[in-house]
Amino acid sequence: MSPVLEPVVPLSARRRPVPRWLRRTTGPLLLLVLWQVSSATGVLPSDILASPGTIAGTASDLLEDGTLPHAMLVSVQRVLIGLVIGGVIGVALALISGLSRLGEDLVDASVQMLRSIPWVGMIPLFIIWMGIGEAPKIALIALGVTFHLYLNVYAGIRGVDAQLIEAGTALGLGRWGLIRHVVLPGALPGAMTGLRYSLATAWLALVFGETINADDGIGFLLNRAREFFQTDVIVVCLIVYAALGLLADFIVRTLERLLLRWRPNFTGK
Amino acid sequence: MATELHRQVNYLKGELEKEKVAGESGDAAVRVRSLTRSFDGRAVIDDLQLDIGTGEFVALLGRSGCGKSTLLRVLAGLDREIEGEVLVPRRKAVAFQAPRLMPWKRVWRNVLLGLPGRPGRAVAERALTEVGLGHRVDAWPKTLSGGEAQRASLARALVREPDLLLLDEPFGALDALTRITAQQLVGELWQRRGCAVLLVTHDVEEALLLADRVLVMDGGVIAHQVRVDRDRPRDIADPLLAELRTELLDRLGVKAPEPAVHKVA
Repeated sequence: MSPVLEPVVPLSARRRPVPRWLRRTTGPLLLLVLWQVSSATGVLPSDILASPGTIAGTASDLLEDGTLPHAMLVSVQRVLIGLVIGGVIGVALALISGLSRLGEDLVDASVQMLRSIPWVGMIPLFIIWMGIGEAPKIALIALGVTFHLYLNVYAGIRGVDAQLIEAGTALGLGRWGLIRHVVLPGALPGAMTGLRYSLATAWLALVFGETINADDGIGFLLNRAREFFQTDVIVVCLIVYAALGLLADFIVRTLERLLLRWRPNFTGK
Repeated sequence: MATELHRQVNYLKGELEKEKVAGESGDAAVRVRSLTRSFDGRAVIDDLQLDIGTGEFVALLGRSGCGKSTLLRVLAGLDREIEGEVLVPRRKAVAFQAPRLMPWKRVWRNVLLGLPGRPGRAVAERALTEVGLGHRVDAWPKTLSGGEAQRASLARALVREPDLLLLDEPFGALDALTRITAQQLVGELWQRRGCAVLLVTHDVEEALLLADRVLVMDGGVIAHQVRVDRDRPRDIADPLLAELRTELLDRLGVKAPEPAVHKVA
């Protein structure tokens, strides 16, 4: 008996060319529609959660009177300053302990010890040390960022293929040549992972820092809205946090695409 | 920068010293005396002597773990926990079994990596064209096929214009067809460049096709050597090569099958 034959359908015959960005926006849009419908039909009462329409109105009001742009500017500034400070410290420590044995012995044990302290728990101490101004918020962000970058950059440096280092030596590279051409580029994927994590941590630290003692920024808007039960303003603030987080993620993705072009990545289908 | 890495290995520096050495041991590219390399008290290389003449193509055979790769690493200056005297040219280059290209540098940048001065892209292009890779100058290493990557690795070695080229089983990971092409390429490049070559391999036929002299390493020393006096290109069906092949396989502890047996009808 001859076997039943079936055609192998070419992938191109089945694929509908929907642009990736469109596919990526469909999910969130559907969620939004569901929400609006729930609010309109009264399933979701407005004193629990305002409808997307109301929120959009509030958002445009807040944008127009300049409250929101100002608050965003203040918050983004905090994150950036904290990111830069934490980034410099984290990467510097990772380089010290990644590139030298002595540095590892001196730095790594201390960092690993401090890392086990939950950074959110440092808030009371930071307030005692630095008052309730900008300093404790930025310090909190920097702290969260430092550990993520340290761990990933350090692991990245130590994970560089020993065979490549040997090849570099055979090609006549000196210590600095090896660091510049082999070790640091090899640690870059790890560093990018660290950056991704530390950005997420930075936003989280910002939210913590701003809700506990805020006199300006998105957290301040959020706190004031709570006092007046303005669920629409609260949601606007949350959306702004989320949007800024997405923006940060987009920036890291772009950076990765530019810096890690040499990696033949699996892009998915 | 390169010199400070190799404090314990002595080099032939300049013409003056070259003449001095030439007086003792002829026209040498490599001179090894009483070399010993131990791992945890076990001598992998044990009082080894070796001379390679300038422009000589030497193949080094041996069972795995016999220390042939260790010897190559010593000559490359990568392993310096040694005793004894090792003289190698200052300009030497290594091609490893894995191509070991830096994946974050385009092929042409890989070729120029570690070269003194600021050589231009044209230098790399020339070297890549010579190994037949002129069309992949701008590629990322991870997009190369195995054979292409190994060619790039060869170009990276040759661009250094070495007096000694060290090849550590460079064809080991290639498929059979690519290997033949790569072997021919190495043969041609050697004839054009005239540098001394030490080819570490465990392929007896490859050694016989390419080398002037084939060494067998065993017990930490060069236990046996044969000279291959045949013009190139060589044919593996050549009776002399077949005879040498049997001899070498025997030295390596492998019984070569008798070809005549298969012909009996």
